[in-house]
Amino acid sequence: MTVKKTFLQGLLANNPVLVQLLGMCSTMAISTSLFNGVGMGVSVLIILTCSNVVIALLRKIIPSKVRIACFIVVITGFVTMVDLILKAFVPALSSSLGVFIPLIAVNCIILGRAEAFAAKNTVLLSAVDGVGQGLGYTLVLTLISVVREFLGNGTFGGGILNGGEGFRLLPSEYPALLVVLPFGGFLALGSLIALVQYIQKRKTRNNGGEAIAK
Amino acid sequence: MSFSAILSVALGAILAENFVLVKFLGICPFVGVSKKVDTALGMGAAVTAVMAIASLFCWLINAYVLVPLNLEFMQTIAYILIIASLVQFIEMFLQKVMPGLYLALGIYLPLITTNCAVLGVVLLNTQNDYNLLGSVIYGLTGGLGFTLAIIIFASLRERLDLTADYPEAFEGFPIALVTAGLLSLAFMGFSGLKIN
Repeated sequence: MTVKKTFLQGLLANNPVLVQLLGMCSTMAISTSLFNGVGMGVSVLIILTCSNVVIALLRKIIPSKVRIACFIVVITGFVTMVDLILKAFVPALSSSLGVFIPLIAVNCIILGRAEAFAAKNTVLLSAVDGVGQGLGYTLVLTLISVVREFLGNGTFGGGILNGGEGFRLLPSEYPALLVVLPFGGFLALGSLIALVQYIQKRKTRNNGGEAIAK
Repeated sequence: MSFSAILSVALGAILAENFVLVKFLGICPFVGVSKKVDTALGMGAAVTAVMAIASLFCWLINAYVLVPLNLEFMQTIAYILIIASLVQFIEMFLQKVMPGLYLALGIYLPLITTNCAVLGVVLLNTQNDYNLLGSVIYGLTGGLGFTLAIIIFASLRERLDLTADYPEAFEGFPIALVTAGLLSLAFMGFSGLKIN
């Protein structure tokens, strides 16, 4: 596998959230504003890349029987570092993501990539895979956040742009608060995955030469 | 902790602040092991046990080891190691005593280690400064809330497979998420439930 291919895999074809269906909890829970979405995405990107590199470095030393425990210790170490850094330098993000920052330690994406990719590939490829998968996650998170914030709050970039207020796109009496509540999280992710499945199904149908309009 | 405080923590964890449907913790097993009511019940019981026992041990370790040594920043690592060893222990126990359930849970049993509901509950215990009794009650009732949600969801999905008619693109995961969303809407009716 080449570097470019590995990178692009994570962005679209093998997107961690939309295709591999990993990391659901955090995706739905914190995607309520642009600030949360980007902040969480970048934190995961950094942790994923670092842990992928370290695990690829250690892949010949770690005995396969206790590999999961070793992966978890490596990952949690980086999570603790990021948690402390965020608390010190971006306290607003730290308090708004709350318990979901330490919970990155058990995010299936990171353990999944360690097991499926970093444990079997070279350091360079693992680093590229970490960046690609991390960007894919950030992309999806940002997309869902922007949509949910717009529909549920009527703003864009809340918590970060325009002095933390965000730009108001809809008058405050229109937005449906329901969308930023848990229900909206389930619905938004469900619809997005359905869209991806729809595109995949159409593609296979067209390739099979039996494109029948329904 | 007074009796009413305990009752209020319990009611909150089961209904108003349900771990899966309101706090978004433990979604993977919630969607993964909810195709049949029996397996869902087994998973719920296993998660409840791990959550209650993990709350107990993590509280003890935190209060008597981490805090006296000023090692609070090691909480996440310490907690996850405790949870991993607990899960390993429960796995061996089930394999010996209830092999049927052990096989039914399959890959999801070791995955309880990475279930965010379990790590979530011990982190929230620390964050909320619950005492020993409060932590255990919160863990136990949080697990019961998880069990309640997963059983309702599994019975919904059993019916969904038989009767429902939905667009082809929604097959599998998406329709499960939409169903869970409607369920969470129902649980929102409990918000504001308080005992004074």
